[in-house]
Amino acid sequence: MSGILILEQSLNGLQFGLMLFLLAAGLTLVFGIMDMINLAHGSIYMIGAFLAATLVQATGSFTAGVLLAIPATALIGMLLEVSILRSLYTRDHLSQVLATFALILISNEVVRIIWGSDIALGTPQALSGPVELIPGLFYPSYRLLIIGVGLAVALLLYFIVAKTKVGMLVRAGASNREMATAMGVNIKLLFTLVFGFGAGLCAVAGAMLGPIFAVQVGMGDNILILAFVVIVIGGIGSIRGALIGSVLVGFVDTFGRAFMPHLLREFLPPQFASAIGPALASISIYVLMAAVLFWKPQGLFPARG
Amino acid sequence: MPRIATIVLLLAAAAFPLVMQSLEQAYYISFASRVMIYAMAATSLNLILGYGGMISFGHAAFVGAGTYTAGVMIVEGVPSALIGWPLAMLLSGVLALAIGAVSLRTRGVYFIMITLAFAQMIYYLTVSMKAYGGDEGLNLPGRSTLPFADMKDDTSFYYAVLLLLALSLLLLQRLVASRFGRVIEAIRENETRMEAIGFPTRRYKLACFVIAGAFGGLAGALLANHGNYINPSILHWTQSGNLMIMVILGGVGYRYGGLIGALILLGLEEFIANHKIAWIADAYPNYQQHSLLGVGIILLIIVLYAPQGIAGLFKRKGAGHG
Repeated sequence: MSGILILEQSLNGLQFGLMLFLLAAGLTLVFGIMDMINLAHGSIYMIGAFLAATLVQATGSFTAGVLLAIPATALIGMLLEVSILRSLYTRDHLSQVLATFALILISNEVVRIIWGSDIALGTPQALSGPVELIPGLFYPSYRLLIIGVGLAVALLLYFIVAKTKVGMLVRAGASNREMATAMGVNIKLLFTLVFGFGAGLCAVAGAMLGPIFAVQVGMGDNILILAFVVIVIGGIGSIRGALIGSVLVGFVDTFGRAFMPHLLREFLPPQFASAIGPALASISIYVLMAAVLFWKPQGLFPARG
Repeated sequence: MPRIATIVLLLAAAAFPLVMQSLEQAYYISFASRVMIYAMAATSLNLILGYGGMISFGHAAFVGAGTYTAGVMIVEGVPSALIGWPLAMLLSGVLALAIGAVSLRTRGVYFIMITLAFAQMIYYLTVSMKAYGGDEGLNLPGRSTLPFADMKDDTSFYYAVLLLLALSLLLLQRLVASRFGRVIEAIRENETRMEAIGFPTRRYKLACFVIAGAFGGLAGALLANHGNYINPSILHWTQSGNLMIMVILGGVGYRYGGLIGALILLGLEEFIANHKIAWIADAYPNYQQHSLLGVGIILLIIVLYAPQGIAGLFKRKGAGHG
């Protein structure tokens, strides 16, 4: 396989990993601070994508639509937190899993009632063509935009979490919630804000990935599991862990899909290799997660000391 | 009293197909079989979830392994249920042994996540099985066969399922009431203490996990026969969620929790989909396509306001797990 192919797949892996990070960042904070399993995170991603598609159609501009969808989704997330999720923090994980599973069913059907099963969201006209990065490597410009947006948001998130007072409170809450409360941090308010912020990130991911995957009901169900894999690998509550876990999962998944069938063909009959290759690629990230949990049960970067 | 209730329930279940046939509602015989199969799957999950306190988010893997085992046996020309069904239990049990051996080293959230991860692996494995339909699944040429009954007949199949469900319920009940069951419940309450007084807790939990997996596999084998098809969607993670819903609806750690839960969830879906309620239809004509919305709302209300499930509502206050 050529160097260009590897470079192209690396960019794909980075792009998918960064989008996963946008989902995982919110999820890991919710999980880390409140010890809350929120399966409805994927539904917020779906709602964000539908809102973005609607607003892009309404405004006629991709940028304006996406920028409007972010605060709208954040607002929905905060409403959800205040009305339902807040009462689940003190409950056991089983109740959290079931209540948020119920929210998945509800939001899937509500979205279906409002919008139907799917909605069109195309790449913006200016970015529809490929660009030649180095001689011989043509890469879709829209995917470059995704990488750019992903990197920018990751930087912004790093700045907020590492350098600002709010970020300090979030880190304090993630590493020891009781202590943070005892020191006078208004965890309730902080958490509503974190949740809204996480929902906003979901909207970014949903809007950016919308043109690549389809914007349809149930789009969040599978990517949610990937986001959970990421945060378990990275260590629950750790933003840094989420970033590294996301890129790791993005690369392993992309490279597995791209190269596993070729690799297997070297020592297996081709028919068998092309059948089992994609399956092994899909499985690889779960093997990675099981391995991490087996040897480092707290994940690669545990947030709690 | 409970014994009389059990006998009445059994008699009612035995008479059900006759009544339905005389009312010419044969569809409900098949529907009842489906409810009983899911009741078996949910009951097996209830064993680890309710009695063992292990929140497994991957039970669909064991059910699905049973489904595929039974289905593949039929496709490969070995339709005998006497071979196919025990094999499904065996394979699902072995799968549970492998998954449990790794997963039970973790606890809490990590256990939930790692069981989910393993179930996803099995899911993608079935998707890749091109010889057996890949992601589209496969229609089976016929049901598994039994020597004394014609399984193609829905009523005979119903009685086979009823018999197996009654036997599994009885067996699981005996198991829970035995020393083994007490140890499992004690581990749920305080694992550290049980370990300290000398019980090999992980081995007990693993045994419990394997038994639940095997019965999940049996339910899966019946499921393959019920619909006459195998399909990876049976292993999708939302199926694990559905089984958990049944256990919660019915009552975590209650004897008939799985049965009640399956009846309520499937009954509710069936009711919303097939019975038009005039005043809702006036307001929103297509509401029947969105039966999951109703299920979701009811589930949410139950989790928030009746965490003991439906069976819990009928228990006296202070009464322990049954």
